[in-house]
Amino acid sequence: MGWSRDEIAGRAALELRDGYYVNLGIGIPTLVANFIPAGMRVVLQSENGMLGMGPFPYEGEEDPDLINAGKQTITELPISSYFSSSDSFGMIRGGHIDLSILGAMEVGENGDLANWMVPGRMVKGMGGAMDLVAGVKRVVVVMEHNSKDGAPKFKPRCELPLTGLNVVDKVITDLAIFSRADRKAPFRLMEMAPGVTLEDLRAKTTAKFLAP
Amino acid sequence: MSTTTGTVAGPKVYADARSALDGLLRDGITVMSGGFGLCGIPENLILAMRDSGTKGLTVVSNNAGVDEFGLGLLLKTRQIRKMISSYVGENKEFERQYLSGELELEFNPQGTLAERIRAGGAGIWGFYTRTGAGTLVAEGKEQRVVDGDTYVLETGLVADLSIVKAWRGDTEGNLIYRKTARNFNPMMATAGRVTVAEVEELVPTGTLDPDQIHTPGIFVQRIIRGTGYRKPIENRTVRKRPVAGAV
Repeated sequence: MGWSRDEIAGRAALELRDGYYVNLGIGIPTLVANFIPAGMRVVLQSENGMLGMGPFPYEGEEDPDLINAGKQTITELPISSYFSSSDSFGMIRGGHIDLSILGAMEVGENGDLANWMVPGRMVKGMGGAMDLVAGVKRVVVVMEHNSKDGAPKFKPRCELPLTGLNVVDKVITDLAIFSRADRKAPFRLMEMAPGVTLEDLRAKTTAKFLAP
Repeated sequence: MSTTTGTVAGPKVYADARSALDGLLRDGITVMSGGFGLCGIPENLILAMRDSGTKGLTVVSNNAGVDEFGLGLLLKTRQIRKMISSYVGENKEFERQYLSGELELEFNPQGTLAERIRAGGAGIWGFYTRTGAGTLVAEGKEQRVVDGDTYVLETGLVADLSIVKAWRGDTEGNLIYRKTARNFNPMMATAGRVTVAEVEELVPTGTLDPDQIHTPGIFVQRIIRGTGYRKPIENRTVRKRPVAGAV
């Protein structure tokens, strides 16, 4: 039951539009790059300082001076450009990036996002996540519907320290997709994965959402 | 283009990393160190800082290196008292020192960190940003609401010393970075009271195209040609080469 990681990424790729500048987070969001429809012009931004991220290099062609925000080796494209991290976050905060797809630990029914810190555990840092959700026009979260112990991750309010307040526009999990028209509207159930019933979904979700 | 090295000289040019740091290091100073992960880090200058034994450092750097390379070398020798960073997940020794209370840590969102450094170097005392509003990052900071959005006051950062890495530089201190190795280096070059740059290729003035300079020489007080670059790759990721003749 439910969508695989690739299927979640494929669903998230339906958010892409021709001409979009997009920032993809680490994990499932990175997989979205594999599902950009043929012929669609989408420019991927890497927040360390690159527009026009290309695919991973062929073995033997890795360049240590050319990495993405996940510190993976990548390649450049004819459209690519490089810039400083301050120019990069100028793009992000300044609202020049159309779409950010990122992972989450928790999403609140009010659109709050928590994805960087679990108190009592070693904290690695927020990296660029707080800047992305504060500045990018549209924010889509992809995540497992429940944590490993079964706890709902889409819930009335985030309990973990926040990354941003009322910043999430759409939530795509392995079980369902929730979306809202704007940041004042409540989330509405848009789609369920094959085999998932509304009853299942309600049992595994504590956030309030509108029926389709 | 000329690739002359070794024969270049000038008042800003030093023989090696140790001599370039001579007189600049004191216990307790604040140092900015360029790079993102292990990409574009001043490898030679970090080694010379380790060998100097300078202690109690506050280091501003997006990341903290790995256990055996980059700033991890200065953590291992307990030379760092405090880090100002956005993400430090790749370093076990860092984790140990932080959890035991030996190391102080200030997290800044990556864009806020970049802008604090840019502002510091540009003479801007502070700025308001939406980043971090409503989060732990905003606690204790002045906030303003403009047109319904909450902005957080962040302050500019300057350092006693900035150490940066570029690809090519000339004896005037003009710098050109390569690909994503640019990252935090240009802002840090502007925010150091003294900035020391290391480059892979050091050329005479007149060699670099003035239209292509990323960091103008005014920001660089000392420069060296680095040697023995290792440039480790943290996440080597490749794809399969298509097989010749396959359809």
